[in-house]
Amino acid sequence: MSRTIPIRAPEGERQHTRATCPYCGTGCGVIIETRHGQIVDVQGDPDHPANFGRLCTKGSTLHLTAAPAVTQAARLLQPALRTQRDQAPQATTWSTALDHVAQELARIVRTHGPDAIGFYGSGQLLTEDYYVLNKLAKGLVGTNNLDTNSRLCMSSAVAGYKATLGVDAPPACYDDFQHARTLFIVGANTAYAHPILFRRIEGARKANPDQKLIVADPRKTETAEMADLYLPLRPGTDVALFHGLLHIALAEGLIDMAYIEAHTEGFEALRATVADHPPARVADVCGVPEADLLQAARWMGAHTPTLSLYCQGLNQSSRGTDKNATLINFHLATGQIGKPGAGPFSLTGQPNAMGGREVGGMANLLSAHRDLANPAHREEVAALWGVADVPAQPGKTAVEMFEAAARGEIKALWIACTNPAQSLPDQATVRKALETAELVVVQEAFATTATVPYADVLLPATTWGEKDGTVTNSERRISRVRAAQAPSGLARHDWQIFRDVARRLEALMPERRATWRTGTTTLFPYETAEQVWNEHRDSTRGRDLDITGLSYALLEQQGPQQWPMPEGHAQGTARLYTDGRFPTPSGRARFANVPYEPVQDPCTAEFPISLNTGRLRDQWHGMSRTGTLGRLFGHVSEPCIDLHATDLQQRGLAEGDLVEVRSRRGSVIVPVHTSEAQRPGQAFMAMHWGQEVLGGTGPEGQARTGVNALTSPFFCPKSKQPELKHAAVQISPVQLPWRLLALVWLPAEQASRLREALKAQMTDFAYASCVPFGREPHAQGLVGVLFRGARTEAPSAEWLHAMEALLGLDTPDCLRLRDTARGQHRTVRRQALGEQQVLQGFLLGGDISSEVWLRPLLQEESPVDTFGRNLLMPGATPPVATASKGRQVCTCFNVTEPAIVETLGQCQGSPDERLSALQGQLRCGTNCGSCVPELKKLIKSHPARCDSTAPAA
Amino acid sequence: MNKQKLVMVGNGMAGVRTLEELLKLAPDLYDITVFSAEPHPNYNRIMLSPVLAGEQTLDDIILNPLQWYADRGITLHLGRKVVEVDRQRRIVRADDGTEAPYDRLLMATGSNPFILPVPGKELDGVIAYRDIADTEYMIETARQHRHAVVIGGGLLGLEAAYGLRQRGMEVTVVHIAPWLLERQLDQKAAGLLQSTLEGHGLRFRIGAQTQELVDNGQGRVCAVRFKDGTEAAADLVVMAAGVRPNVGLAQQTGLHCERGIVVTDTLQTVTDPRVYAVGECAAHRGIAYGLVAPLFDQAKVCATHLAQFGIGRYTGSQISTKLKVTGVQLFSAGNFMGGEGTEEIVLDDPQAGVYKKLVLAGEQLVGACLYGDTDDGSWYFQLIQDGAKVGAMRDRLIFGQALACA
Repeated sequence: MSRTIPIRAPEGERQHTRATCPYCGTGCGVIIETRHGQIVDVQGDPDHPANFGRLCTKGSTLHLTAAPAVTQAARLLQPALRTQRDQAPQATTWSTALDHVAQELARIVRTHGPDAIGFYGSGQLLTEDYYVLNKLAKGLVGTNNLDTNSRLCMSSAVAGYKATLGVDAPPACYDDFQHARTLFIVGANTAYAHPILFRRIEGARKANPDQKLIVADPRKTETAEMADLYLPLRPGTDVALFHGLLHIALAEGLIDMAYIEAHTEGFEALRATVADHPPARVADVCGVPEADLLQAARWMGAHTPTLSLYCQGLNQSSRGTDKNATLINFHLATGQIGKPGAGPFSLTGQPNAMGGREVGGMANLLSAHRDLANPAHREEVAALWGVADVPAQPGKTAVEMFEAAARGEIKALWIACTNPAQSLPDQATVRKALETAELVVVQEAFATTATVPYADVLLPATTWGEKDGTVTNSERRISRVRAAQAPSGLARHDWQIFRDVARRLEALMPERRATWRTGTTTLFPYETAEQVWNEHRDSTRGRDLDITGLSYALLEQQGPQQWPMPEGHAQGTARLYTDGRFPTPSGRARFANVPYEPVQDPCTAEFPISLNTGRLRDQWHGMSRTGTLGRLFGHVSEPCIDLHATDLQQRGLAEGDLVEVRSRRGSVIVPVHTSEAQRPGQAFMAMHWGQEVLGGTGPEGQARTGVNALTSPFFCPKSKQPELKHAAVQISPVQLPWRLLALVWLPAEQASRLREALKAQMTDFAYASCVPFGREPHAQGLVGVLFRGARTEAPSAEWLHAMEALLGLDTPDCLRLRDTARGQHRTVRRQALGEQQVLQGFLLGGDISSEVWLRPLLQEESPVDTFGRNLLMPGATPPVATASKGRQVCTCFNVTEPAIVETLGQCQGSPDERLSALQGQLRCGTNCGSCVPELKKLIKSHPARCDSTAPAA
Repeated sequence: MNKQKLVMVGNGMAGVRTLEELLKLAPDLYDITVFSAEPHPNYNRIMLSPVLAGEQTLDDIILNPLQWYADRGITLHLGRKVVEVDRQRRIVRADDGTEAPYDRLLMATGSNPFILPVPGKELDGVIAYRDIADTEYMIETARQHRHAVVIGGGLLGLEAAYGLRQRGMEVTVVHIAPWLLERQLDQKAAGLLQSTLEGHGLRFRIGAQTQELVDNGQGRVCAVRFKDGTEAAADLVVMAAGVRPNVGLAQQTGLHCERGIVVTDTLQTVTDPRVYAVGECAAHRGIAYGLVAPLFDQAKVCATHLAQFGIGRYTGSQISTKLKVTGVQLFSAGNFMGGEGTEEIVLDDPQAGVYKKLVLAGEQLVGACLYGDTDDGSWYFQLIQDGAKVGAMRDRLIFGQALACA
């Protein structure tokens, strides 16, 4: 495929465009600066009510991910098509690609029926994209096999809200953080997953020292480190915890019987279940001290208002719906809902999971929070669209869809804006599905994802900075997203692509056209995103999320608004259920009387460890975007698995040793990392480590597929959300004595291309990882590439030579050491930087123990003139005394841990005073603030020195 | 009491070193007589190259001045070449008729340069490079002539070429083997050396075969013609294509000679136990050494036997190489070419112009080839000679003694 398509950039002066951040569900407003049509900077939007100008490490580097070098190397820039599976897709025109997709879909529908098609979308699509996709699947093709990666993210929250409150609507808002007297964060590492919300929580705590923060999480995360009370519950025991908290509240008279009687139903039935959860038993099940349970319940029940914040810890569970619902039980029973500072507040994972749900873009939903199972709802939607009907048969949800494709039931998979070969659990099945399906369409902005190689048709989509439409954040706030630059290459907007295939498909499905409302020429008459949105708006009339009072123009003029905002309302709605009326048939909220049941993939003697997965602070999902920047690998630089020191000792493991992690479905090889956050018997791996960065070849020659090779396809029977937060695994040392470590600095575009090229080399190892490093914007425009591999024996000299050539380490000026018989192979390339020499790259093969001093020299671009050829020395002791700057804590200002610890030595006073002093001296934590929790942890672990000259208190 | 008589034929480095060792052990045992064909006291032949290059003077390289002989009562016959040895009567006779009887005879006749048997080898301006006279001739020629060709890219040839270049001549080195110093360096190191020397202005004809030396019409050489028909201008041709042990006298005397005068581990000739041989003329276990270190080893052993101590055996030497060209550091020793049953450790530092190769057999270092940084050459040489087990420090061995033993 050609890589040289110019990025279209209209001439023009500096411009500022308001949009939103495409990462988490906080929904921060951004102002994108373009110069001559090219994105050059991003700032937080000071007027946006989600972030008031702040951005986290990820958001504040967005413009760097839109740099031309990244675009040219990592983006999918033109359509491509293959007609035979064993070929690489060839570049083609849009019309050829669209015709092909439409014809193939039509053929499959004719042959196998509409349910042979599966659409798999994303919580990162804009509402408009989602709307057209939904209409394409359900209105035109006639299948409900439309699901999205929101299934992996928010479906338990949806089901939990609907089961208790009636509809899928988070009742609280961000302002409630500062009104709450007790904050209960459960199953959420807000410090990492929603950093800007965490900044707001920090602000609230500062403003209100009386506020109590309770954090329940199996891991002692940075969020948990901040807690006044930390409940280290065992994985999957949340329902027992919530029943237990309610039990204590009942016993201690903390419930609000008046509220229960006036506004709820089903409490009496729940009583018996809750009675069965006395503190002693719950303490035993959850692994939380009884006293802490009592304290938590007392604060939550009496130190009110109480606001609960939760995320994937509750959702990604085989009991996800029950976890959500039983937490909501507590709020209903104590009346902690519908008032400032109170409520069960689900923090959305993705930027527009909410918008997707609003338009019904899931296998079990219909437009505007309508229900597929409800015949009246189906009729309403059919009427809105002017079609005879919408299918009643529930569609296949994410895991089910890929299982059906693996079985051959679903023949065509159309994947848009998501990377199932990275993110879905049980990758073995996912890969089988992608191989078995007759047609795989991948509509993507990035050419680098693990799903792309499976595509028969590649459709280049626009992405952040280029898109136009709306998104809805966690607090139901709809923001306008505006394009700051023209689409890159030949990319088109997702809604346009859906529309264009749909129009072709309409022509190929005359039998469906015959059923349309008279006079309808197309179901997809849209020329602008606004036209799509207006149709969506009309579908919300009279629904809980009624936005008929909104318009693009109003959003432009008055800024983002929270739904509902029916016609005639001047502004959106901050809080729901303030009057105690709920959108259920009875108008009452429903208590969920559900039993506690343990996780579905039980730990046994063979699989004794519970593996949890989750986010890193500086990465997003499969890293197709964040992974383009070296600087976002400053915080956590390479894949690893976190374990408690005890589990390492029991297995005779040392920090950094490679282990095989095996579940009942697959395995990965990865280095171990000792983590104080882990409890014995529990492991953690970041969800980001897919095949793109963590690979290798298994003993049977099969490609290793990253962290989700391990995870479990078991899902919640109500929400169908898979249990990504727990998989039973075994962990054992592996003997792969021959190691390879290579790091090189390259111009950004070359670095991206090198990483792509190295994917082929990863398969030559039993374990391999390949990640960028660096600190964009680098003065010379350089980005680093780090490749690490392990195998049983040294590869051939030819292989090593080819590897060196790929890395640019085959030049005659390289320092080299070879001891072929011992498999030792070291190459170092230096380059001049001003008067001095710095490392450009190195490759260590065999013994890589000199990594400890060589790698910092390269990454920190320290002069190496004094080293000479001793740069080739083996061993962990540097041949010349060096002082590494150490691990980066603050990404914004590149402040490292040793620098912080050293400065802390001179910072006296209270923890807050020391933090201020630290921030004043080093600037760390003064921009995005994402590292503030870590700074506080360091302050705690490095107490102020006793100063004998200080006056006695 | 009548002292025994020791006569030495030759006055070179091996022989005189033997005398020095002997005098340390038994200063009064012998009346010593030395015959020297050259009219000079013992000088350091291997330092002729720096003299040629103008970096040292002849006085600088004298090892044993005439006073040294006088102080020790040694009878020194300078400029007298021994032409006959009568082993029955135990008398040697020089070309001028001088005779000397002996109880013990030490043959230290050294070697002769090999003269390529090509047409024109007898022309004026064609010389070998062996002694002070050759050196003086070259220095003189360089004053008057411009073009020189050195035949032979071995140690001596390269030193001659470098010296002539330093004297201002345009010098071409002709070498028939695939790379320079092929007996001392591997191809990689030789390539580095060639680049260095080219940097000094030397030119090379590697792989070229000399067909004849061309007469300028007046009996003086003017060019070297090669097999492929090409020529190189040459007002001076230096033959540096190797040496042959000087065994003429020994053969005439009936001493058994093969490559050289065959000696035992006590440096006695196999033919006559009163007759010893050391240095380049001797063949020990089939090897006639051409470098100074083994000769000194031989001198030490030979001296103990002459001193009637009867101890010490010479069992052969490991040899190592250095080239005396300013700015060029090279070293090789042992089996630096490796091969079956050996393993190599190779380090390349092109920016510093350094190349190092170590050859191991099992746990032992058996060879080393160093270019550009030879500081650790002697350490490696010691490890090779000692057959030391280096397995434990193998990974750091190539970084030298300081780091490997740290």
